[in-house]
Amino acid sequence: MTIDPVTLTVIEKGLQQVCSEMDLVHEKTSFSPVISEAFDRSNGIYGLADGRVIAQGELGLPIFVGVMQETTRSVIAERQDLEDGDVILVNDPYLGGTHLMDVKMVRPFYYRGRPWCYLANTGHWPDTGGMVPGGFNSTATEIHQEGLRIPPVKLVQRGEMDDDLVKLVLANIRVAEERIGDIRAQIAALATGARRLTALLDRYGEETVEAAIAELEQRSERMMRSHIEAIPDGTYAASAYMDSDGVVNAPLEVAVDVRVEGSDIHFDLSRSSPPCQGPMNSVWASTLSAVYLAMKHIFPDVPLNAGCFAPIHVEPPEGTFLYAHYPRPVAGCAAEVSQRVVESVLLALSEAIPDRLFAAPAGTSGNLSMGGFDPETGRSYIMYYFSGGGYGGWWAGDGISNGCSTIGISKSQPVEILEQRYPILIEQFALREGSGGAGRYRGGFGVRYRVRLLRGNAKASFLMEHGRFGPPGILGGDAGAPNVIRICRNGEMTSPEHLSKGEGYLLGEGDWIEVETPGGGGYGPAGERAPELIERDRLRGYFDAGPGGPDAPANATTRKESA
Amino acid sequence: MRQEDNVSQISVGVDVGGTFTDFILLDGESGTWRTAKVPTTVGDLSDGFLQGLRELDVAPSAIDWLVHGTTAGTNAVLERKGAVCGLITTAGFRDVLELGRRTRPHNYGLSGSFEPLIPRNLRLEVPERIDAHGRIVQPLDEAAVRAAVERLREMGAESVVVHFLHAYANPAHEQRCAEIVREIWPNGHVVAGHEIIREMREFERGSTAAIHAAIRPIVTSYIDRVAERLKDSGYARQLLVMQANGGMMDASVVGENAAHTVMSGPAAGVLAAAEIARAAGVGNVITGDMGGTSYDVAVVVDGEPVITAEKDLAYAVPLRIPMIDIHTIGAGGGSIARVDSAGMLRVGPDSAGSYPGPIGYGRGGKEPTITDANLLLGRINPDAVTGSGGHAPLQEIEAAIDAKIGRPLSMDTVKAAKAVIDVAVNELAAAIRLISIEKGHDPRDFALMPYGGAGPLHAVEIARELGLPRVLVPRFPGLTSALGCILADVRHDFVQTVNTPVRELESADVDRWLADQAKAGKTLLEREGVTVETVEVRHEFDLLYQGQSHVIRLPQRGASFDPETVLADMTAHYQERFGITLPEMVPVLVNIRTTVIGVRKRPDLALFGGGEAKAEVPDASGQRPVYFGERWYDTKVYRREDMGDGSWIAGPAIVEQLDTTIVIDPGAAGRTDAFGNMIIDVNANAASAEASA
Repeated sequence: MTIDPVTLTVIEKGLQQVCSEMDLVHEKTSFSPVISEAFDRSNGIYGLADGRVIAQGELGLPIFVGVMQETTRSVIAERQDLEDGDVILVNDPYLGGTHLMDVKMVRPFYYRGRPWCYLANTGHWPDTGGMVPGGFNSTATEIHQEGLRIPPVKLVQRGEMDDDLVKLVLANIRVAEERIGDIRAQIAALATGARRLTALLDRYGEETVEAAIAELEQRSERMMRSHIEAIPDGTYAASAYMDSDGVVNAPLEVAVDVRVEGSDIHFDLSRSSPPCQGPMNSVWASTLSAVYLAMKHIFPDVPLNAGCFAPIHVEPPEGTFLYAHYPRPVAGCAAEVSQRVVESVLLALSEAIPDRLFAAPAGTSGNLSMGGFDPETGRSYIMYYFSGGGYGGWWAGDGISNGCSTIGISKSQPVEILEQRYPILIEQFALREGSGGAGRYRGGFGVRYRVRLLRGNAKASFLMEHGRFGPPGILGGDAGAPNVIRICRNGEMTSPEHLSKGEGYLLGEGDWIEVETPGGGGYGPAGERAPELIERDRLRGYFDAGPGGPDAPANATTRKESA
Repeated sequence: MRQEDNVSQISVGVDVGGTFTDFILLDGESGTWRTAKVPTTVGDLSDGFLQGLRELDVAPSAIDWLVHGTTAGTNAVLERKGAVCGLITTAGFRDVLELGRRTRPHNYGLSGSFEPLIPRNLRLEVPERIDAHGRIVQPLDEAAVRAAVERLREMGAESVVVHFLHAYANPAHEQRCAEIVREIWPNGHVVAGHEIIREMREFERGSTAAIHAAIRPIVTSYIDRVAERLKDSGYARQLLVMQANGGMMDASVVGENAAHTVMSGPAAGVLAAAEIARAAGVGNVITGDMGGTSYDVAVVVDGEPVITAEKDLAYAVPLRIPMIDIHTIGAGGGSIARVDSAGMLRVGPDSAGSYPGPIGYGRGGKEPTITDANLLLGRINPDAVTGSGGHAPLQEIEAAIDAKIGRPLSMDTVKAAKAVIDVAVNELAAAIRLISIEKGHDPRDFALMPYGGAGPLHAVEIARELGLPRVLVPRFPGLTSALGCILADVRHDFVQTVNTPVRELESADVDRWLADQAKAGKTLLEREGVTVETVEVRHEFDLLYQGQSHVIRLPQRGASFDPETVLADMTAHYQERFGITLPEMVPVLVNIRTTVIGVRKRPDLALFGGGEAKAEVPDASGQRPVYFGERWYDTKVYRREDMGDGSWIAGPAIVEQLDTTIVIDPGAAGRTDAFGNMIIDVNANAASAEASA
């Protein structure tokens, strides 16, 4: 069946809109601030036969570009007993997942009584049990310490929610009372998707929509291929380094060998470090998705569907920490390891296509979690704080400051809201001078923030990266400044042994934490930087500590501590 | 407040747009109207203003009401050409405006740049701190404030923003700091963040204050200049200025409300649409304002434009004042059509702009645009092109569409032009669908009101795509914003963050806060001295369940705050909007909002009616082939000014007027009402149109 160009575009937008509406309902009704404020969720439509992505919301979290089709594939493989009105609940990392906190729901979609495709979504829950509040542990050595692992189970059977299952799940997670709201939000989003997709099929007919989906896939593939063809054939290699796995204090290497042949591109990660003891292992779905995401960042104009990935070949890196099997712990895979994979791909291709590349961004989700009890409100709390960092310089400009993780699009929470919700005082939230790597186009700047606990006790944990090595520059640019963590307890300063990771730091009243996040890498040699940009940066005090710079407030604090 | 009859008076609305300045004059006594359009004079905007008044042929001394909408401020912010601002802020937080909320310009791709509204060297810190409950943690260092002011003055700042953490909870430090700054500062361009919005979220509140400070000097000097020249030319009454919330204010209070002038032109258009529809007996309208580069969509429910306080003016430039909720997509008459590397036909967001503009303008444009497709399909008269006044080079258009669209897609030129229109229509319809659904509405309950020069060209197709039954084309689609200025009420909005569970609130406290806001509004109205009929006060509540981030806004019912009513309304809203109830959750009152409206007596829109139609079907002024669906139709062309009350035209038909072209597709039919509107029934007679084909 041939399909005219107008109908094709209309159906393309129609499928996109189904996903956008699912994202919207999901976001607006969620309780998890990680979903509603930080957009850590994704909704999409997946193929009946093999779960291939048909369409996915453009407002979804980028790391899920390739993950959701893997989740759907696992559900198809595990559950042959699905019926109309069922909703599957799953968060098993080894079955097309990420970390345990990303809880997915998959719903078979029936059209006129027959299964037609799958609708699926994922939402980041603030907690799924485990050894640290919030789940971002850095010292687990097996998955069972990390939280509740849910295989694909029927949460909703023919339209009826399984209340027993819900009870079981809620009994195993912290701050459970709000999660029933998130469960309903996720189900409501799938229901919205089903209604809108039915309307689309009613309007254009099954055959036309199916033909359009196939055509759209081919066109995305063609577009991606035309981009890859523009990369000179050859092999390119690069490595990106993790500080440590959180348990053994030694760096982990993500080594990528890229081979470009015509319009195909091959990624081999097999030279990477072996599986690690700590939670910095990555499951296959996350690793694969990270490579896809890197390509999507380099070629953002290719519409997202399975065709976009067809020319991208990733060898499963068996025997490395990027291909974790049960029971390897994986808490850091989505937020951190995936960003190192993205970085390795950017670095590898920078010499080949310099006019499309950026130097390495801060590349960490910069997670500070604090859990404690506030004696004033009489309530327990879990605070997540994800921080941003500098982006790398790029072909026509400096990197932005305080950009979010490359795998996310989430906004940070305002200081005023954090201070309302938690017993803390944030004493500084500032641009970190001098942190951007020098270059013709310099890296953007990281952030410096300091959090003081006002009441009660709390336990802090850190899951960050680029503490040992700053984000590298490209084409002769310098690296950005590395991540720094300082903890002051009873007036005594410490930093985590693993630099960017650590947990179980018990804080009392008046103790504080200071974090300096990485700056981005520089693009091109610093000697080529335009004099007027150097002068502008000098005037703005980007490279020295002017008023409000690190010296003034830090000294003030020291004085207070010693007083 | 003066009380007088303003119906029999002369009102003039003026909208300064990027390219043209539009004028409309209504004379209540004689029941007549006049319009004018002059090029916007970039050097001194007041030149165009006075030239337009001359073209209206009215003595300034005879004008009773002169209301003005302007984009002077908007563009200054977008192009970072605002005044040089300095910031005085809480120690440790001077970079809030530069760091934002850790975002990036695009979801995919890591390139892009951002320039904060106030550069870093002009952002200074002073020791002070207030906590989330409004308690003073560290007193304000007044000596540091004085030193900071002196430094900003040395560095050439023209205006100063005072922005402290948690000032929404306790503004004492901001107030004292602003007081000190005002003692020293040589002009009125000093603003404390809480004076603009008293709402939590430091980046958003600070950005709103910075926008205000960046445009205040520009807007006030412009308005002062206009007012002075008007006075010199004999105008004796008040100069009134439009706001983004769809209300107006007196020029004397523009300084303190400068941020409210941002986007006021488009807001005036939506307000006019709401008033026109209400007069015509239509409550629910979706507006589609299509100009050269963009398409602005807004929703009017029960005669009221939907208002939002969550707009971003540009990437990382939030503006949190209440504004008419206008959503812009990059598709206008000048939007360029192309085939991308995947072989997909795309229209926009790149635009040929106003210069060189579409190929059809004959000014050197090379890329095919929506306007060019319309010319080729006979929808726009090629012998009277609005942009150029000349004849459109049809052969050039044909060649470009063929080379850039037709051949890559293996379509003949006419089909390619039609495909461009179809893709554009689909984009526009999709934008409307998503926006109306996001607000919880079913687009099928609405009429579409197209305006702007290009709006009425595509309205029937868009309405059909969305299942909207009716299209309402106002009498002057190209002058809607200017008309909106005349129809506006005086309006001021107030907000305060409460952020307390509903069940923990004392009703008396909430009532007192609301009363304070109402009083502030009434005092402002008194100061402005604009003649109004009545004063209306509305209260609204922003609510959420503890733990959520997105608020829902509900109006107050009853004379005082009643928690039970609020909770019942909230539950009902959730059920209706999302199909879920959340009995387990704790409802929280986040903000209280008060709107104070000085309601004016409006000019009677019936003066746009052309009187009783001479014949039900007017005489056609011409005929030309126009392409619809899959073929050419011999199509009658009418003049809008030949329509009277009750005129009826069956599609296919083209109705031409100076400021736009209305396309009535086959199967649709338009009837003119007593207000001069053309109401098109999009499915009037599909069957008979086919039969006659």
